[in-house]
Amino acid sequence: MAHGPSQNFFSRWLFSTNHKDIGTLYLWFSFAMFLLGGAFAMVIRAELFQPGMQLIKPEFFVQMTTMHGLVMVFGAIMPAFVGLANWMIPMMIGAPDMALPRMNNLSFWILPFAFAILTSTLFMEGGGPNFGWTFYAPLSTTYAPDTVNYFIFGVHIMGASSIMGSINIIATVMNMRAPGMTYMKMPMFVWTWVITAFLLVAVMPVLAGAVTMMLMDINFGTSFFDAAGGGDPVLFQHVFWFFGHPEVYIIILPAFGVVSQIIPTFSRKPLFGYSSMVYATASIAFLSFIVWAHHMFTVGMPIAGELYFMYATMLIAVPTGVKVFNWITTMYKGALTFETPMLFSIAFVILFTFGGFTGMMLSIAAADTQYHDTYFVVAHFHYVMVAGAVFSGTAAVYYWLPKWCGRMYDETMGKVQFWIAFIAFNITFMPQHFLGLAGMPRRYSDYGLQFADWNMVSSIGAFLYGGAQLLFLYNVIRTIGWGKPISDPQVWEGAQGLEWTLPTPAPFHTFSTPPVIK
Amino acid sequence: MSGTSTHRNLLIKLLMGAVAMFAFAIFVLPPLYDLFCEVTGIGGKTGGAYTASEITIDTSRNVEVQFVATNNATMPWDFYPTEHKVFVHPGESREITFFARNKTGRDMVAQAIPNVLPNNAADYFHKTECFCFNNQPLAAGEQAELAVVFVLDPDLPISVNTVTLSYTLFDITDRVPMQVSQIQ
Repeated sequence: MAHGPSQNFFSRWLFSTNHKDIGTLYLWFSFAMFLLGGAFAMVIRAELFQPGMQLIKPEFFVQMTTMHGLVMVFGAIMPAFVGLANWMIPMMIGAPDMALPRMNNLSFWILPFAFAILTSTLFMEGGGPNFGWTFYAPLSTTYAPDTVNYFIFGVHIMGASSIMGSINIIATVMNMRAPGMTYMKMPMFVWTWVITAFLLVAVMPVLAGAVTMMLMDINFGTSFFDAAGGGDPVLFQHVFWFFGHPEVYIIILPAFGVVSQIIPTFSRKPLFGYSSMVYATASIAFLSFIVWAHHMFTVGMPIAGELYFMYATMLIAVPTGVKVFNWITTMYKGALTFETPMLFSIAFVILFTFGGFTGMMLSIAAADTQYHDTYFVVAHFHYVMVAGAVFSGTAAVYYWLPKWCGRMYDETMGKVQFWIAFIAFNITFMPQHFLGLAGMPRRYSDYGLQFADWNMVSSIGAFLYGGAQLLFLYNVIRTIGWGKPISDPQVWEGAQGLEWTLPTPAPFHTFSTPPVIK
Repeated sequence: MSGTSTHRNLLIKLLMGAVAMFAFAIFVLPPLYDLFCEVTGIGGKTGGAYTASEITIDTSRNVEVQFVATNNATMPWDFYPTEHKVFVHPGESREITFFARNKTGRDMVAQAIPNVLPNNAADYFHKTECFCFNNQPLAAGEQAELAVVFVLDPDLPISVNTVTLSYTLFDITDRVPMQVSQIQ
């Protein structure tokens, strides 16, 4: 039983059924996609550095915005959290591995193919997808480049991967908890992930349905989204956002979980209001299904519909407020230290809350008419996606990396990375609020002269932020290769939970016999 | 291991859930959406052919009805209303025409899709006859006057003084190859 990983490089990584190896694969894959999506962002910001067209053609610019969104959402953020789930959930609930290890292998290994298919379209005649990451019909059907079929199959494959990954997580959490690990004793990260997994099983098939209907409209003469045949393009938006709104919580809930692990550790206090955190997470998940049309306020809805979606959206601020309150109260009167994971987590709480406030502004149907499809929206969702999901993912890597590889990262370099990332992030995205309020629309390759100054500031911030990620990559590689070896199972003085009872570095097989939970 | 069968049960249940959601997206959501629009009248979709019953003409109200014709995408026909607006009393039946000409050198089939604004007027805009109930085949160079007979329901909300009827003309030649061959 206690044998280690295969010594052959290819059989170890290609055929792995070990949750730690697959978690590692997910994390490296997502980081590669993060750099790819980041490279697309750099192209976007370089073109927007000055008004007028300098570097690329408008047709390529819209391919860049589309691919940046798709790669970051489906390739970077989602797999990163699946990777963390693979690594941490079995160790946190005292299970020897994931419930369905072979499916785990499959769900990872189809992902590189999905993104190879998607990215290869950039090199094809007609170019990559150019209809925005929300791929509204008829832009993505009647007017789409021929490569749209590659995009559709890519989405199908990544959807299948997500569904399998989620089923695995649900099965692991429901069936494989160590004796005594009741649901209300599970760490918050496990709770947020199991709720996320249910969301994924519910809405990824809806996304698959949306792209399947597109496929039929494009190739088989149906008219789901084509008014000429009795369909309706607005239906596409409803189907898409019925998936899309839960999707944004799929991205952010595991981030909530990570922060709920890290803040108590460095506050040296237990998480404040654990059960209210669980109920708040479940409420957010439920509400995410009934607010989708707030993305579509300008589509021509009756006033009653606008009011309903506006109030229901605002309701989400209540459970989210509970969570923010609990994080702050956890820190209150705690013995705080500010290691890199804690810095990223505190920045998460501040900047995510800021992004939540701009979300509240956007939820006002009357005001949204002004904000809709402007850079204000871009700024809003980067505050919750980057400062939310990416910051917490970075925090998670710094927090658990010493446990994974038994070596300590360079704290100074981590802190330098944090401060560059924090400042550069705000330089990049804060001005985009002003641009949006002044009326600059998103997804355009050029802009009026009145937007020139803030765009230049934003671009400078973006290059700096991109550079900080290379420092992150260097720090992680340096840690794995040459970091200071540590052997303390606890790693962090205030850390609580089963994963910290395991030896450091975490052995290949853990909890072959279930731990005893007090 | 007893764990394997419980995992398998859960796997099957969750996969069935995923398949059900996929079916829901494709087979339930679109009809549900159409039904919702039909019931509420939002989306400006008008109903099918209306059989005139005895309605009293409300001469106290004079409602302006405007006509708009739009060609979708690359539709090359000439297409416009012969009069751009009329005034009618609710309950009064009125015939108006749209002019269409296929100025291309090939036989084509078109489909007009109606839309009524404001949304709350859609349910009260009745068409007893409309070229939009059928598709419109026109041979190369052929032209036609397309008729619409409509009645405004006397129950039209009192706040509505202007109603706009818009047609968007779609090229559906490629969808109905049978009909194209029968045009001559």
